[in-house]
Amino acid sequence: MKHQKNEVIVIRNLSHFFGEGILRKQILFNINLTLKSGEIVIMKGPSGSGKTTLLTLIGALRSPQSGSLQVLGQELVGTNRRKMVKIRRQIGYIFQGHNLLECLTARQNVQMSIELHNNLSSEEAKQKSIAMLEAVGLGDRVEYYPHNLSGGEKQRVAIARALVSHPQLVLADEPTAALDSKSGRDVVEIMQRLAKELGSTILIVTHDNRILDIADRILEMEDGRLRVNHIPKAS
Amino acid sequence: MKIPLSWLQLSHEKVRLFVAIAGITFADVLMFMQLGFRDALFDSSTKMHKTLEGDLFMLSSQSDSTAFSSRFSRRRLYGIAGIKGIEYVTPIYIGSADWKNPELGNTRRIFVYGINPLYSTLKLPGVEQNIEKIKFPDVVLFDRLSRLDFGPIAQNYQQGKTVVTEVSGRKIRVGGLFSLGTSFGADGNIITSDINFLRLFPNRDPGLIDMGIIKLEPGVDRDLILKTLQTKLVDGDVQVFDFDGLIVHEKKYWQTRTAVGFVFTLGTIMGFIVGIVIVYQILYTDVADHLPEYATLKAMGYTDLYLLGVVFQEAIILAIIGYLPSVSLTMLLYFGAANATGLPIAMSATKAITVFVLTGVMCAASGAISVGKLRTADPADIF
Ligand SMILES: Nc1ncnc2c1ncn2[C@@H]1O[C@H](COP(=O)(O)OP(=O)(O)O)[C@@H](O)[C@H]1O
Ligand SMILES: [Mg+2]
Repeated sequence: MKHQKNEVIVIRNLSHFFGEGILRKQILFNINLTLKSGEIVIMKGPSGSGKTTLLTLIGALRSPQSGSLQVLGQELVGTNRRKMVKIRRQIGYIFQGHNLLECLTARQNVQMSIELHNNLSSEEAKQKSIAMLEAVGLGDRVEYYPHNLSGGEKQRVAIARALVSHPQLVLADEPTAALDSKSGRDVVEIMQRLAKELGSTILIVTHDNRILDIADRILEMEDGRLRVNHIPKAS
Repeated sequence: MKIPLSWLQLSHEKVRLFVAIAGITFADVLMFMQLGFRDALFDSSTKMHKTLEGDLFMLSSQSDSTAFSSRFSRRRLYGIAGIKGIEYVTPIYIGSADWKNPELGNTRRIFVYGINPLYSTLKLPGVEQNIEKIKFPDVVLFDRLSRLDFGPIAQNYQQGKTVVTEVSGRKIRVGGLFSLGTSFGADGNIITSDINFLRLFPNRDPGLIDMGIIKLEPGVDRDLILKTLQTKLVDGDVQVFDFDGLIVHEKKYWQTRTAVGFVFTLGTIMGFIVGIVIVYQILYTDVADHLPEYATLKAMGYTDLYLLGVVFQEAIILAIIGYLPSVSLTMLLYFGAANATGLPIAMSATKAITVFVLTGVMCAASGAISVGKLRTADPADIF
């Protein structure tokens, strides 16, 4: 299959099974999906329908079994661990829990992401982290430990960490689930604004109907099948 | 410089870090004490030998240690005296007898050395100056470093009092003091002439001696004479050593033939195992508690190797900061133990390095066991 430059994700006939023997159960059925560069796509669907499973496959966090899954031009079906780790570095992840390192300050947490792409001096990395925290509105929380930040602030640090290395692809799994509606909205808007600035593609899994309007496209997952693929009403 | 995750992880939880350091320090001190006593045992067992004025030394073939020696006929010693290059030979009698504490009246075993006063067989401070005194009947020299249980002999003597007591029920007088010190084999020592010795041990056959000192003429080849003697005496009832051989022979006895050496080695291993358990406990909980964080790092693209490095760095950091306080603590305890027992317990470079290496191995081993837990950090689980 030929890879086109503006196609960030190309999925063809992707199926996924969990378990072995008689416990083997199909979770994803013949998924077909293409995400173009710069798109913001939301995926909804009932709990247990397979959204997280699909996201972890796209994010190279889980080995895909059959079909074809190309992320950033790299085929992930049948690839090795080393290539998977390499792909992970080009993706920004935002988790439901913020998953910050408790022993590091906000700035150090962000810096951990920069250090993976080790061509910056520590002073440059530090300045870049601070600038990123300022961009998510946390300029006054740079040296705070996660322990002393609110839920919304922690999630904003997580966004800064995910975006600081300018990833082409951002994956977010229910990023607002643990937040009240106001901070949830803020967080998503920050994500949207920064991703647009950086030209990143975003795939967000969410239950939150109030944020659907930021998407260019909405996907719906049901029982492991990607069913509807509709454009939201113009806002 | 990259963010020092291992150190930040460790120092973030102060209480846990403190417990870890205390645990490692404890294990290190334990090892130091065991090694200290073991070394002191070996050192003290050869203390007397190091004072011997001679070039070659004759022991019974059945003799593993001079502390519990077998005897041999003194004719064996005098039989070689005529060999060219040998200046003189002189015997030593060794025995243990009951010393009566002159103040309290109770008795204790004391080591008695009988030497020929015509030769300076023992190069000890106090022996040479007083060698004339032991030519008198029933006069002995007393080791001022003997345990206090023998009575205030040294004080009384130094105050000019006549110190008289009984050894094996025979009345003796202390004619002078010398300094040798106690060992695991001996709580106290006295030196007297061979003639006085045989008076104290009337049941002993004067023809059987415990050790023979062989003094060579200046300039002769010691190794050559040693070889000559060894071939001459092969299959005999005696063996001959040079000084180094004698020390090795004596130490080997304590290291391999007695339970004492084994007990202290075992104690050291125990300390080592205690250390592994403590460090493992700390590292394992640390990994387990931070599992979601480590999984997050993997999801971001950190390699397993990086995380392995973090755990091993934590292990090494713990090893170093747990080791340092143990050295000062140990020196304090050595000082106290040396004062209490009279044994030569002291810090040495060998011990310091040994324990440091053991600590490193201990922490690395614990690290190796706890990294298994890292594998359960699955980046697919955190979404
Ligand atoms: N590691 C796993 N092993 C077995 N079954 C799993 C595993 N992870 C998820 N599942 C199952 O796969 C289905 C889809 O889960 P998931 O992708 O988490 O759904 P969603 O994110 O849409 O709620 C569920 O039935 C879930 O129980
Ligand atoms: Mg989910």
